[in-house]
Amino acid sequence: MKKFILTLIALSMLCLSTVTNAKTIRIGTEGAYPPWNNLNAAGELEGAEIDFGNEACKRMGFDCEWVIQDWDGIIPALLNGKYDIIIAGMSITEERKEKVNFTDGYMTDGARFAVLKGSGLANLTISGMDKVNLNGAGGKEQAAIGQLIAAMNGKTVCVQSATIHQNFLDKHMAGAVKVKLYSTVDDHNLDLISGRCDAVLADVGSTIDYMASDSGADVAFTGPTFSGGVFGDGVGGAVKKEDFFILEMWNKVIAEMIADGSLSEITKVHFGRDISM
Amino acid sequence: MFQFDLLIFGNTGWGDELLISTIMTILVSLSSMFLGVCLAIIITWAKISGNLIVRIIANFYTTVIRGIPELLVIYLIFFGGSATLMYLAKIFGYNGYIELNAFTMGTISIGLISAAYSTEVFRGAYYTLGVGQLEAGKALGLSRFQSFIKVLAPQMLKHALPGLGNVWQITLKDTALVSVTGLVEIMRQSRIASNVTHSPLTFILSAAILYLILTSFSSKAFNKLEEFTNKNDSVTQ
Amino acid sequence: MNFELIVDNFFLIILGLDETLNLVIISLSLGFVISIPFSLARISSIKILSKSVYYYIFIVRGTPLLVQIYLIYFGLGAIPFVRESFLWIVLKEPFWCGILALVINTVAYTTEIFRGGLQSITKGQIESCKSLGMNKFVMYSKIILPCAFRQALPGYGNEMILMVKSTSLVSLITIMEMTGIARNIMYKNYAPIEAFVAAGSIYLFLNFLVVQFIKFLEWKYNPHLRVKD
Repeated sequence: MKKFILTLIALSMLCLSTVTNAKTIRIGTEGAYPPWNNLNAAGELEGAEIDFGNEACKRMGFDCEWVIQDWDGIIPALLNGKYDIIIAGMSITEERKEKVNFTDGYMTDGARFAVLKGSGLANLTISGMDKVNLNGAGGKEQAAIGQLIAAMNGKTVCVQSATIHQNFLDKHMAGAVKVKLYSTVDDHNLDLISGRCDAVLADVGSTIDYMASDSGADVAFTGPTFSGGVFGDGVGGAVKKEDFFILEMWNKVIAEMIADGSLSEITKVHFGRDISM
Repeated sequence: MFQFDLLIFGNTGWGDELLISTIMTILVSLSSMFLGVCLAIIITWAKISGNLIVRIIANFYTTVIRGIPELLVIYLIFFGGSATLMYLAKIFGYNGYIELNAFTMGTISIGLISAAYSTEVFRGAYYTLGVGQLEAGKALGLSRFQSFIKVLAPQMLKHALPGLGNVWQITLKDTALVSVTGLVEIMRQSRIASNVTHSPLTFILSAAILYLILTSFSSKAFNKLEEFTNKNDSVTQ
Repeated sequence: MNFELIVDNFFLIILGLDETLNLVIISLSLGFVISIPFSLARISSIKILSKSVYYYIFIVRGTPLLVQIYLIYFGLGAIPFVRESFLWIVLKEPFWCGILALVINTVAYTTEIFRGGLQSITKGQIESCKSLGMNKFVMYSKIILPCAFRQALPGYGNEMILMVKSTSLVSLITIMEMTGIARNIMYKNYAPIEAFVAAGSIYLFLNFLVVQFIKFLEWKYNPHLRVKD
């Protein structure tokens, strides 16, 4: 009996792992968000942020350990200590800043609606505006949103849950459109193709990646590219509020990589254009 | 639609990842079932115990776990588990971060659910065997706990086998819900593959077939086990 | 543990109660009705009927409900043939996909429960029916089915509770029932425990009501088992 209990305790000790040695940085990422971060058929993580993170760790002299976590639980898992920093295409927003601190932005991409090519919502033009920046939104921006609401009234718009895209719809288009929430971008893209969604709202980079695949051949952008306001200011790494040291380390290496152009090279490889900050 | 070429082994196909995730499903189911059975024996003992407080705690446990959806149990343990553990560790003076790996998280979540169901099975088995066993144990000088562990439990396991077979199937299928913990078992792996390849039918169907293989193999194994334990029960006079 | 937040969440999550109840009631009713002919088929002497039902049950009970839900929603949605057929009117909506998955699942389990009830009818009872000159229809409707239901009541009560819990899985195909709302709350204020404790307590209460309902049915339909005062 005693031996049995002792064995149980010993086994359970093996399962608990204390914070890993100081030479490793654990990075949390989603792994389902190409071309930012995704898993490939060989079971490896790949994407712009993976390259960025690996390069940053190299420059800081640490080993990178990537931890994959569903988008739903990515911030709570950070707060629970599952990893040290989130690098997962997470936009810097005031709302998130209440719970976590962000590094300086390292990449930035706009958000845009996407529809099927033949749909009634295709080729929407909003008062001649290509880009709508919601920072300090004035009458012109409000009018643009008003036109969008008029065009999409009663339609179903799909977004990934817990994203700035969901926040935009909830804040600006709540009564006018039916919002459906999905766990990953691929899920809502599939429903766009099958006709369950009239439109999806996601960042430009991931939608372009989808449009390049066989499945997404019939998808086209519509309306202007959004940024700012509820969309936040760029994508940054999220750390716990008390981890000042980690924050400073990353800010230093981000500044370095922006200055010497390596960040812009990485984004060009995966996005086909420079989206570094 | 259904694309066979995505299922090949090697670097361009997901076949090998699916196989590894199947092994992971088996491992996490086995460890959860083991944890569940161990816990269930303790909780069954608590339920038949004379102590009112212990009985109430045990009943509260099984009522809550069997009354709320498994998904919520898993979320609560995943989001609450590390926090609770760290809180407990702080009491003992340990201020670092304790990280429970995905496998342990999954095992504990499913194990706690499995324990609640196994408890009901054991309770049924106990009432079949009769209270007399405990009294006989007492007459032999064993403590109540000893007679439970040494006399009753082994017999209960035999009577509980059909019910446990059922709990095993439930446990096996419940592992499909632990994807939030990050554990890469069959369901999660098939979702990852489907997301990357934009081919949901291929991978969800493969997942269904893999589970079917596991459950049918298990039910055959349990049938054999029941035959084996009932072997000596036949009347031979 | 922020108790005030739990109470606030409670009022948000309860808005999903009608969706949950819709799912439970429609699935259970359809499942109940469909299981009766299925269980009769299962014990029938026509081999092809009983074998088909057997394999149906085998496959449905052998795969997790989550896989079935995903298969119907995402899997069928990816087949162009389905999208262009009349089936799409139903399968386009996540609610009906959810109902379809829940009904398929509950029919498999309920059929087995009813089968157990049917097989508990002894030969003696059937012989007495025949000796009274009842034809097959009267025998089934007056004696066999009612007796089988009474036997199946505890098992079916369990199935009702499992159904209430199973509805939480359809939150993963965009249906905003209680679990879906709870997850959405978690995204907004990053306080998962408070959200899920609130949701869990509502489910617990629902299942408590189901248990009381089953106890009432058992009391009503098994007068011979009532405790005499």
